[in-house]
Amino acid sequence: MAMRLDLRLLAGLAALGFLAALVGGAFTGMLYEGADDRSGVLGAFDAYLWRIARFTLWQAALSTLVSVVPAIALARALSRHPAFPGRAIILRLFALPLGLPAIVAALGLLELYGRAGYLAAPLGWIRGDAWPGIYGLSGILVAHAFFNIPLATRLFLESLDTVGNDQWRLASQLGMGAGSSFRFIEWPVMRAALPGIAGLVFMLCITSFTLVLTLGGGPRATTLEVAIYQSLRFDFDPARAVVLTIVQVALTALVLAMLSRLGASAVGEANLTVSSGRPHTAGFGEAVLNGGLIAAGAAFVVAPLAATLASGLQADLPRLATESGVLRAAATSLALASLSAGLAVMLALALLSGRRAFEAGRPSLLAAAMEAGAGFVLVVPPIVIGAGWFILLRHSVDVFAVAPVMVVAVNAAMAMPFAMRAIRPAHDASATRHDRLCASLGIAGRARLRLVDWPVLRRPILTAAAFAMALSLGDLGVIALFGSDAVQTLPYLLLQRMGSYRTADAAGIALLLGLLCLALMLIADRLGKEMPA
Amino acid sequence: MRTNARGVVLENATFAYPGMTLAFEARIAAGAVTAVMGPSGSGKSTLLDLVAGFRRPDSGRILIAGRDVTGLPPDRRPVSMIFQENNLFAHLDVAANVGLGRSPGLRLSSDDRAAIDAALARTGLAGKGGRLPRELSGGERQRVALARALVRDRPVLLMDEPFASLGPALREEMLDLVCELQAEQNLCVLLVTHHPEDARRAASHMLFVESGRIAAAGATDDFFRADGPVAFRRYIGL
Repeated sequence: MAMRLDLRLLAGLAALGFLAALVGGAFTGMLYEGADDRSGVLGAFDAYLWRIARFTLWQAALSTLVSVVPAIALARALSRHPAFPGRAIILRLFALPLGLPAIVAALGLLELYGRAGYLAAPLGWIRGDAWPGIYGLSGILVAHAFFNIPLATRLFLESLDTVGNDQWRLASQLGMGAGSSFRFIEWPVMRAALPGIAGLVFMLCITSFTLVLTLGGGPRATTLEVAIYQSLRFDFDPARAVVLTIVQVALTALVLAMLSRLGASAVGEANLTVSSGRPHTAGFGEAVLNGGLIAAGAAFVVAPLAATLASGLQADLPRLATESGVLRAAATSLALASLSAGLAVMLALALLSGRRAFEAGRPSLLAAAMEAGAGFVLVVPPIVIGAGWFILLRHSVDVFAVAPVMVVAVNAAMAMPFAMRAIRPAHDASATRHDRLCASLGIAGRARLRLVDWPVLRRPILTAAAFAMALSLGDLGVIALFGSDAVQTLPYLLLQRMGSYRTADAAGIALLLGLLCLALMLIADRLGKEMPA
Repeated sequence: MRTNARGVVLENATFAYPGMTLAFEARIAAGAVTAVMGPSGSGKSTLLDLVAGFRRPDSGRILIAGRDVTGLPPDRRPVSMIFQENNLFAHLDVAANVGLGRSPGLRLSSDDRAAIDAALARTGLAGKGGRLPRELSGGERQRVALARALVRDRPVLLMDEPFASLGPALREEMLDLVCELQAEQNLCVLLVTHHPEDARRAASHMLFVESGRIAAAGATDDFFRADGPVAFRRYIGL
């Protein structure tokens, strides 16, 4: 018995070791650099640093506000009308941004609200002057709202769905109008969910990299993560990068600690619930208001997607599809994303079975570590890990040559919490059902994998892999640091074409990348849904 | 030479839960059905888990057929176990579920396949080898588990309330099948049950477990006589 449990334990320990090495290596790099260049490090604690740190917090706070307040109104409106036509479609639509690469969304938003965007003329007319476009803080806020309004709406809706049917019936029997039922029923559950949801959005906004990089502008609208990237890629000032990284990690750790005290889950839910047994109670006036709100919310989410599609189709797609640079980047992207999805799934499985093996014995610190493995990754954003390794490796190897390894490793670690979430329910149910049976029949190791675990966990594993692949495919984090002419992924190529103002090319590549990721998300969703009970 | 050398012996096997330590001293007859009864939480299932090897005793020894098995993992003990439910892999068909008793990697020779067919026929499942567990009734699912125990061919069969979810008539039918198989294979059967009539119908011996101890042991007939063990008579309400 001990022998076999050890195998699962070893897998869990190996996964923990991998994560620890990834994070530890990054910190080693930074400590080494810090000790090497003490005056540079001390000098980096300057006014610029504090300005960036302040802006990072400020934009995150504003982003949270502009995401959460509309989400409360939207969730309430959607909850008041459980059965209008298209409700399910809108909820599915609200799940799309989760799988859309940030850089694709950024481009879509620019094509819509930018200086030369589809909406520039009407917006300029309203303004009574030429439309300046969204850049800087306004761009960052719109982009964060685009990603986080749908997310927060779905989370608030989930909290509203926990209100029992009897309470709604009681409310309608007591003749509660819209005002009272908001005050006595809806607001209390949403208020309970508010700290967790707002905290999650805040966390996503202080670690947001791609959106700030593409939509923020100049030193006035730069966050810590973007500054880390700039200090390594443009200024080549490792001492400054170290200091920025330390401040970033301290900030995220602080926020995450506050989050966990609020009882929030730091990993956004990937599935969506549509059910609500709530009776239809809204009057005509309220229905019109709610309808307007929902339509506006849906338009806000759809418009950038439509803009991406429209301008993507105007690009010279046949040429792009045969251009060797694009093809190479696509092949690199697919290869790296497949590898990192595979690694993410293996990490998740190893941590899950390691934790399970511990549970059979006594609870311990290591079991808790495997349980919280996801947490590690969130405190230390990909850019930070990438920056640490960049600094560590630059003396000994060609940093651009190790790009593939870094991208695969970091993206896998980043997708691992989501993979764990997808696999965990089926894994734990299967373990409860099968552990004793397998022990008594001596089914272990490869035989157990082939006969028991794979048939039962195949679907959730594929769901997790598809989701992890979509995340990794669209990621512009580590590759922004390590990318070069030799190793390019689609997001990196897209960033380059945007930078050199080849907008038509960028639009075409964005369309390709967005479609790839959405297809993967759809596959993940499909596989996840058809799970037999 | 020890009596019951071929049966199961627990030599002061202890197992500690938070707040309660179980200690079992028992000799279970070979070639007979022994019913295990006792209140919920008294330690019946732990007793079976210790014999099966799902739990290791903190101290003491467990012997089967005279051999010390205390350190052996479940699959290396001469034991088959049937649980109340979850005896089958839901995604594998009946023949595969039985076949796992022969080869845990499901690599089956033609002899193995013949044994599987024979076991299915013996348990009344002839022709149902291709079904999935969800296509079977509750009683049939437990027959599959019995068929698997048959092809495993281990001298000790442990059953933890195997028929608790079946109706009275079906339960009697299944108990009779267990008795027949016991007689044919000369098995040592340990059967946990809540029903006194199960014990009277199927078991020649009985163990009564109370507060983590074997409170009484003996022939079933003696248990049900007017001068049977007091604790047992109180438990069944006599």
